[in-house]
Amino acid sequence: MAAVAQHGHHDAHAHDHHEEGFVSKYIFSEDHKMIGKQYLITAIFMGIVAMLLSILFRIQLAWPGESSDFLSMFLGETWAPGGVLKENMYLGLVTIHGTIMVFFLLTGGLSGTFSNLLIPLQIGARDMASGFLNMLSYWMFFLSSIIMLSSLFIETGPAMAGWTIYPPLSALPQAVEGSGLGMTLWLVSMTIFIASSLIGSLNYIVTVLNLRTKGMKMTRMPLTVWAFLVTAVLGVLSFPVLLSAALLLMMDRLAGTSFYLSDIIVNGEMLENHGGSPLLYQHLFWFLGHPEVYIVLLPALGLSSEIISTNSRKPIFGYRAMIGSILAIGFLSFIVWGHHMFVTGMNPFLGSVFVFTTLLIAIPSAVKVFNYLTTLWRGSLTFTPAMLFAVGLVSTFITGGVTGIILADSALDIAVHDTYFVVAHFHVVMGMSAVFGMFAGVYHWFPKMYGRMLNTRLGYAHFWVTLVGAYGVFFPMHFVGLAGAPRRYYDNSVYNEFDSVAGDMILDLNVIITIFAIIASIGQLIFLFNFFYSIFRGPVAVQNPWKSNTLEWTTPVEHVHGNWPGELPTVHRWPYDYSKPGAAEDFIPQTVPLADGEEEH
Amino acid sequence: MSFKLITLVVIVLGALAVAQLVRLYEHSSKLRNRREEDIPNRDNKLNANMMLGFMILLFGGFIWLMLKYGYTGRGVAASEHGVTTDWLLNINFILIVTVFFLTNFLLYFFAFKYVRKPGVKAYYYPHNNKLELIWTVVPAIVLAFIIILGLKTWNEVTDEAKKEAVRVELFSEQFKWTARYAGKDNKLGYFDYKLTTDKNQLALLTTATLDSAIRLMEIGSHDGSIMGIKLLEEKLNDPKNIFIPKDRVKMETDLDRKTRLLRLLYQMRSRHNSKVDAYAYDDVIETDTLHLVKNQDYEFNFRAKDVIHSAYFPHFRVQVNTVPGLTTRFKFKPTISTKEMREKMNNPNFNYVIMCNKICGGAHYKMKMIVVVDTPAQYKAWMASKKTFKETFLTVAEASPADAPAATDTLVAVK
Repeated sequence: MAAVAQHGHHDAHAHDHHEEGFVSKYIFSEDHKMIGKQYLITAIFMGIVAMLLSILFRIQLAWPGESSDFLSMFLGETWAPGGVLKENMYLGLVTIHGTIMVFFLLTGGLSGTFSNLLIPLQIGARDMASGFLNMLSYWMFFLSSIIMLSSLFIETGPAMAGWTIYPPLSALPQAVEGSGLGMTLWLVSMTIFIASSLIGSLNYIVTVLNLRTKGMKMTRMPLTVWAFLVTAVLGVLSFPVLLSAALLLMMDRLAGTSFYLSDIIVNGEMLENHGGSPLLYQHLFWFLGHPEVYIVLLPALGLSSEIISTNSRKPIFGYRAMIGSILAIGFLSFIVWGHHMFVTGMNPFLGSVFVFTTLLIAIPSAVKVFNYLTTLWRGSLTFTPAMLFAVGLVSTFITGGVTGIILADSALDIAVHDTYFVVAHFHVVMGMSAVFGMFAGVYHWFPKMYGRMLNTRLGYAHFWVTLVGAYGVFFPMHFVGLAGAPRRYYDNSVYNEFDSVAGDMILDLNVIITIFAIIASIGQLIFLFNFFYSIFRGPVAVQNPWKSNTLEWTTPVEHVHGNWPGELPTVHRWPYDYSKPGAAEDFIPQTVPLADGEEEH
Repeated sequence: MSFKLITLVVIVLGALAVAQLVRLYEHSSKLRNRREEDIPNRDNKLNANMMLGFMILLFGGFIWLMLKYGYTGRGVAASEHGVTTDWLLNINFILIVTVFFLTNFLLYFFAFKYVRKPGVKAYYYPHNNKLELIWTVVPAIVLAFIIILGLKTWNEVTDEAKKEAVRVELFSEQFKWTARYAGKDNKLGYFDYKLTTDKNQLALLTTATLDSAIRLMEIGSHDGSIMGIKLLEEKLNDPKNIFIPKDRVKMETDLDRKTRLLRLLYQMRSRHNSKVDAYAYDDVIETDTLHLVKNQDYEFNFRAKDVIHSAYFPHFRVQVNTVPGLTTRFKFKPTISTKEMREKMNNPNFNYVIMCNKICGGAHYKMKMIVVVDTPAQYKAWMASKKTFKETFLTVAEASPADAPAATDTLVAVK
């Protein structure tokens, strides 16, 4: 309705070709395509930083206590005297690596880039519901990124309580120096980030619900848009809870309240706080924290659904079941947070409830995997770099998903909780999958973003190095965890004091892991080169390079404000009519009316 | 310095080399009139083959890791419930490894097999309700099986301990563990964090510890390292003392805090029933090694002094967080003595251990305590050498001059 109502206004607008100034075009742009690109480049930068941080602490883990030029080059004498990483900075690196990866790369970067770029283009809208809020959302994201990065450069170091910043550690500067100014900056940055994410999510929801073009029924939307919609709903419902957790923490730190603090003596100082509960924080944090996993994962799954279908030249198998599983995963993600807390002292009965709900999530996830497999079955696969990454995503989703079954089972979690098994699990299922989804998206929609093509061969090289490298990092890590190695240990050579055999094994594996990590991160240079080179020098793209059905490929290659120069397209069919029997071509764009006697899927 | 230079040079040269390669590639593409989005069959086929190759690499790597590093890390479970959870873990592993191999095989095999071939069109196959039903219901049934087995074990593990289980408390602080045995009455003495003093690190509650905590609050420690209320007041009220504002504010806040804590201590003393003193007095505190008896049931309580820690006994498959302001618990029964485990692990230097497994500060990784599982006779001999809390606290307290007025004098002198 709203889309129809807007027609007249926008048509008139789109025809007056006024020249935009540099500032309004590239910086304070309200155009969703430009904002998407801004998100992408900011996220790529943040991702490089977070990856670099991980290499720094991986060096310490593989060669504990050995002097490294690399460490002293980046951390200097303050944090790596003589090239040996300081204990506290190790924790700082781990914390900021996790925070940036989860929030700034995979939430801001993935959802921010592709929801912005694809929602209006795929539902046939001129722009987001509110261009101004969209711009505001990006700039708040940018500001929070700057604040988070700045915390790396202060005297007392960044936050050092792990990315989950459990109080009391995060509340007491006496307990660790990073809980001083570093933690304050963390909280301020995240508060702004949450506001940005909320504004963005509301905008996405409103746009999807109101601005669909004529004929674009909910059941004709591409799965990408479905995934973005559910992601945005998850964000709107869960991020405010993280904000409340952060605000209460801020008050415990600054105003002397006792939400999370009780009966504490730290550094010889007896605090008065009484009656607070650290578990309260954990409940609040994981009420966001678990939906967050799906905020990260669903967009990646949505993108790969689209890419796998297009490049298999086959409709996605079980379109409605895919929508159903996205909704089921979205719903269930709100009632499983307690599986992060089985051994925190939470009531064991409550634990059993969470075991039940958590294992239920495996069902829609399994459905998705089987649907992907059936989509590939008897397809005609074209391996574009995007397709490779999408297939890689399905593989990591399986590999990381199955270990989740162990961790969701409270009785088994006792032995592996907070070990490297957990680290391996979530890096594979959430880290690798989401990053692969993001790369797939970049390779697939690059022509839409920049009107140019990425280099395919470099894309191949990038994929294979990344796949082998990332599996090489996280596969052995499961074994480190099964050996019992706790995460966030600065130096595993403490094992020599009680079990040198296990210690040697852990160290061996850590060397393998670090070498693969270095290979994988050097591999990303291929991508960076390809990306920035192709923005300026890549061959000019055609309108629909992948022969895809969705609406974004009906827009002109040169970006115009309002997306379509003439009228908005009308949708007549679902987006997955690939290789439909009786059709001349192996794809039928959504704008093509049904032929006489043709049935909709 | 030279390292930085070399790195920089390598990066620059690398980028230049790639740029040249890409330009070469682009020129040749242009010559052959090939566009980026047209993937030649040769490239396509190469990637399909690599998919299969990668699958073999992945599976091979996994099998190699399993053979080489599979169950060597923690050894067999050394506790009664650990044997059950390990069994369950193995069942689950068989299941998930099967799924891992099967679905990954299908994925990479399909990617290899159904690569685009000239003249072959993809098969239009949008949905099949029967298939979808099957792969919803089958995982659901398998999961039901996992859930039932898991919850049964979980309930057993977290159930209340037997009455005769020996009570032990583990107290955690940055960055060490302290154990407290419940003593002859097998009842742990009560505690309150406000009672913490040098001689009463675990803040046990008895009439004497209450008095000494009040004394500490009022007049401070005799060596002057902790200032009491009296001295703080004297210092703040003395017109001859000049403080920078920051220090004065700090002392005033300190004084306020101590005054309020003191009031609470007096309230506690007025309600105190000296009958409970006995619970604490026979407790035995151990800071070096945790000694346990083979085949003895234990009920552990956990406390934290400053931040959250986690009591993690990898070999007993025990883990629970220790939380400030909250007492957590776990029951277990060690079934293999240290000596036997050394033989099983084929490592004469092996020891059981309790590690901290929740990030707690810089030296988190060093926070551990060696655990020894003895025979009853060995344990008895060891325990006989230990002093009870009564013996350590009361004798030391009496010997110290802390309660005498002289203490104040020393404090003033030290200032």
